Amino acid sequence: MLLEIKNLHAKVEGKEILKGINLNINEGEVHAIMGPNGSGKSTLAQVLAGREDYEITEGEVIYNGKNLLELSPEDRAREGIFLAFQYPVEIPGVSNTNLLKTAMNEIRKYRGQEALDAMEFLTLLKEKMKIVELDQSLINRSVNEGFSGGEKKKNEIFQMAVLEPQLSILDETDSGLDIDALRIVANGITKLKSDKNAIIVVTHYQRLLNYIIPDFVHVLYKGQIIKSGGKDLALELEDKGYDWLKVDKFQVTG
Amino acid sequence: MDKYKNIKESFLNNFKDFENSLNGESKSDFHKIRKQAFNNFYELDFPDRKNEEWRYTNISPLLQQSFSIPNNNIKLDATDLPNHILKGIDAYVMIFVNGKFSAEHSHLENIQKGIKIRCLADCIKNNDKDLLQHFGKYADCKNNIFTSLSTAFTTDGAFITVDDNCVIEKPIYLLFLTKAGNVNIQTQPRNLIVAGKNSQLKVIEHFSSTDNSTYFTNTITEIVAQENAVIDHVKLQEESINAFHIARMEVDQERSSNFTSHLISTGGKLSRNDLTSKFNGEGGEAMLNGLFLIEKDQLFDVHSFIDHAKPNCNSHEHYKGILDDDSHGVFNGKIMVRKDAQKTNAFQENNNILLSTNSLINTKPQLEIFADDVKCSHGATIGQLDNDAKFYLKSRGIGEEASKEILLHAFASDVVNHIKIDAVKNYAEEIITERINERKKES
Amino acid sequence: MSITEQKKIEEIANADYKYGFVTDIDAITLPKGLSEDIIIKISEIKNEPKFLLEWRLKAFRHWQTMVEPDWANIHYQKIDYQDISYYSAPKEKPKLNSLDEVDPKLRETFEKLGISIDEQKRLSNVAVDAVFDSVSVATSFKETLSDLGIIFCSFSDAVKNHPDLIKKYLGTVVPYTDNFFATLNSAVFSDGSFVYIPKGVRCPMELSTYFRINAANTGQFERTLIIADEGAYVSYLEGCTAPRRDENQLHAAVVELITLDNAEIKYSTVQNWYPGDKDGKGGIFNFVTKRGVARGINSKISWTQVETGSAITWKYPSCILQGDNSVGEFHSVALTNNYQQADTGTKMIHLGKNTSSTIISKGISAGKSNNSYRGLVKVTKKADNARNFSQCDSLLIGDKCGAHTFPYLDINNSSAQVEHEATTSKIGEDQIFYLNQRGISTDDAIGLIVNGYCKEVFKKLPMEFAVEAQKLLGISLEGSVG
Repeated sequence: MLLEIKNLHAKVEGKEILKGINLNINEGEVHAIMGPNGSGKSTLAQVLAGREDYEITEGEVIYNGKNLLELSPEDRAREGIFLAFQYPVEIPGVSNTNLLKTAMNEIRKYRGQEALDAMEFLTLLKEKMKIVELDQSLINRSVNEGFSGGEKKKNEIFQMAVLEPQLSILDETDSGLDIDALRIVANGITKLKSDKNAIIVVTHYQRLLNYIIPDFVHVLYKGQIIKSGGKDLALELEDKGYDWLKVDKFQVTG
Repeated sequence: MDKYKNIKESFLNNFKDFENSLNGESKSDFHKIRKQAFNNFYELDFPDRKNEEWRYTNISPLLQQSFSIPNNNIKLDATDLPNHILKGIDAYVMIFVNGKFSAEHSHLENIQKGIKIRCLADCIKNNDKDLLQHFGKYADCKNNIFTSLSTAFTTDGAFITVDDNCVIEKPIYLLFLTKAGNVNIQTQPRNLIVAGKNSQLKVIEHFSSTDNSTYFTNTITEIVAQENAVIDHVKLQEESINAFHIARMEVDQERSSNFTSHLISTGGKLSRNDLTSKFNGEGGEAMLNGLFLIEKDQLFDVHSFIDHAKPNCNSHEHYKGILDDDSHGVFNGKIMVRKDAQKTNAFQENNNILLSTNSLINTKPQLEIFADDVKCSHGATIGQLDNDAKFYLKSRGIGEEASKEILLHAFASDVVNHIKIDAVKNYAEEIITERINERKKES
Repeated sequence: MSITEQKKIEEIANADYKYGFVTDIDAITLPKGLSEDIIIKISEIKNEPKFLLEWRLKAFRHWQTMVEPDWANIHYQKIDYQDISYYSAPKEKPKLNSLDEVDPKLRETFEKLGISIDEQKRLSNVAVDAVFDSVSVATSFKETLSDLGIIFCSFSDAVKNHPDLIKKYLGTVVPYTDNFFATLNSAVFSDGSFVYIPKGVRCPMELSTYFRINAANTGQFERTLIIADEGAYVSYLEGCTAPRRDENQLHAAVVELITLDNAEIKYSTVQNWYPGDKDGKGGIFNFVTKRGVARGINSKISWTQVETGSAITWKYPSCILQGDNSVGEFHSVALTNNYQQADTGTKMIHLGKNTSSTIISKGISAGKSNNSYRGLVKVTKKADNARNFSQCDSLLIGDKCGAHTFPYLDINNSSAQVEHEATTSKIGEDQIFYLNQRGISTDDAIGLIVNGYCKEVFKKLPMEFAVEAQKLLGISLEGSVG
């Protein structure tokens, strides 16, 4: 198993957001996590990536046989976890290329691999840019600075393509995208999918799941997964909303 | 200090005369404050240009003069008031002539509930408790020779208090009209404004003169904005071209209060405006805007200080200057962000246009930051009118002078546009237009 | 601020100063104290001509009438000027003819500093003059330069061999009456570098001086004078280090630059004097007067500095733009950590017509340090069409430090266009987390952000120096910052 989340509880500023999450993910799988605003979807994504603002009060997360919660955010990344941020951060003065080169070589060093030379790296970048139809000029600009919303999201997927993670967590990567941008981003993600990696798609809408067909759909509500199912669940949610689940939430377990 | 012994002696004589004129009042608690302030004044030295705060402003022209206490019996001519009062304003009006409140010319009838508008002289006479509680608590005398002088000679001014939760609809308009008639007089108008919790208030201070006499206005306004109070303050400074104008405004802002200030000035011979806004609680907002238009050999100096002592406060400051002839402008804007004042936003901008070869501007925007989670910026520009814009206008058939006028007007109006009271805004526009037209006539 | 970030910052504070070793070398050191006798003695040791001794004495007499300035935003214990030795020199060996004859211990020192003189000489195109305590010990590449008529030597040699040039230019940019520290330097300076680039010559290599304070209880007072004659060009580099000692040591240097018509001088500094320990004990007091005068038409002076060292930095490399169309530039990175204090900036004095100046200042404050930018842009009455652009940014790391900007703009000409911008920002936790999430450690993340922030200034440094400067920022913020 790639990722095993057992009874995970997390608090921020004294308030419990995650109240016992259970989730198993195998290689080659796509899991969609859906749910209304404030249900804890982004918190789960951030907790998995190691954001320190959250306090883990209970439970464990096993990733590739390792206790994930003991690792620093950078070591999690080096172990192959990638978070596509809901709000990608702007970093003035640091170019995309510089960020990726540093990240790439840190990850390779961690895995005992040689650093890529400049030529190899550039070739790699060029190749990966095609995946998300990223404009050449964007990779030499400061990370996300002055990017449009769509460009930022594309840039996240571009970074994912370069870093080739084993577990990708896409936190509302589809929100704020127009239909063309959504198609490009979704196609990019589909191209990166393989039987060696897994993807967690955190989303509000079913739209993205037309492109990336999930193997499992989970509904997160008030910090718990109250229903899981196949891809049809997403359609059902689109159709009926979440209210029908809230009523009989006690009948289901995650 | 010996150099300025004469002026100090003349103030000492004035103070003695002043005390003698007080009769019974000289034993009052209030007079004790005056006396102490005078002693303080006498101990302190006048600042010279070695003093960083006075680096660009040489006050020796002021110190070479001597001034007398104004005669109480001055009468206004029929045209004096109509010529100087702000037109078209619906306000509670207080008129001060040579620093003294004139009930005869003022309009304080039908005052809304929840506000008290009083003249300081009455409050002093009555030993008013509220007055003694607030007076001089914000504009500290210590180390400030002009504040000491003001406090020592305090006789009149406006004392405005607003009760909690009261929104005062009409603005309060204070006109300080000087009719010196070629006598070197000194006036020390002193205002105190206390706005209670959740209250709202608009105040206009207007300084004007009936002639071109030499005189000395040394004025202080203390303002307290209690929790969530909203205060809108405008000062119009149109002193005589030969006048000395030293002013200080101290604003104390409690939690979530909002203070806006506009200073529109055509100066005097030498003017100096010190403005301080201090955030004593979180969530405060302050906006300090100003415009000065100076010419001939005028010296105009503004020193502002925004003290971000508490977190989560925002300040915006924008000053503009238009300088002509041999005039000299000084802008010193200091923003202090203290250690615990995280999440501060402070923005400051100073733009100046020099219209003549001999005009001079010294600008010193200053940031002192001790907290790390802040957004602060300041900018200053000195230049001429935008040549591209001028060319654009000309290409549309507008002549050189007319283009200039349009652009100068646009430059100046930017600040004025933020004034919320229409009558004041219109008047400020008039001042600008008048100045620009005057310039046209000369050239 | 998160706990880890806090920890990182504490770690920075504990990062070691790499250049803190002491070299055990036989030295001649004059007794502590300052008097006319000491000055006469210095002049005597150096075998100076009479005019120079007189100039020193005039400076000393003037200095005695001066008061130490207190307007800067720095705080330190009063310096006891009688408790300093004003001259220390490695004991003289027989005259050196080439670098190979330099005391091996000294050479070792320079190697530790990362300036192997031999290596430099062989591999890079940099001519090096090394000043150890107060005297210049080696100048490389002399012949190559002298073929072009370029003079690059220690100040003492210049006094000996080119007294006319010294007499003509010394004190013409920074007069001996200039300020407390410059006047002190004028009285007691012991050595330094001298450069003269003759008419029409473009110096084909970077000229470089390394300064090192070694002896205890001494002050270092070097003096640099660079003249670029008509149409000449030179790029000059200066680097500094000092051993770690518990007491403060005074460094009061003077640099004078002169460009004649169409000439250009690029002056770059990487200043890494010992900054004191994490509690603020020890460290160099760096009170330096640097000024260039762009005397000729179309001439240009540009200062680039990376200041990471010293307990106190007080310096304002300035340009007097006298020639019409002359250009002045100032690019600065000043980093303070622990208890360091820096009050630094520039003055751009516009005198000629159509002169222009650019100021880019990047301050970085960490630990409990205070970092101030102080700058003056002055446009005088006759300086028609002057242009200035200034940008002063401050970056804060941690919540115990301070960043201050004191720009003075004095404009007395209506055709001037002057723009000043300043911003203050901090490294955001979200930025660090973002980079962490891409596999980059907090140290490296801060390094990336800081280097990105300083890029504009590093671009102005010669290649080798830019690399060194980047490393230095890394070391200064190490562990620290991540």
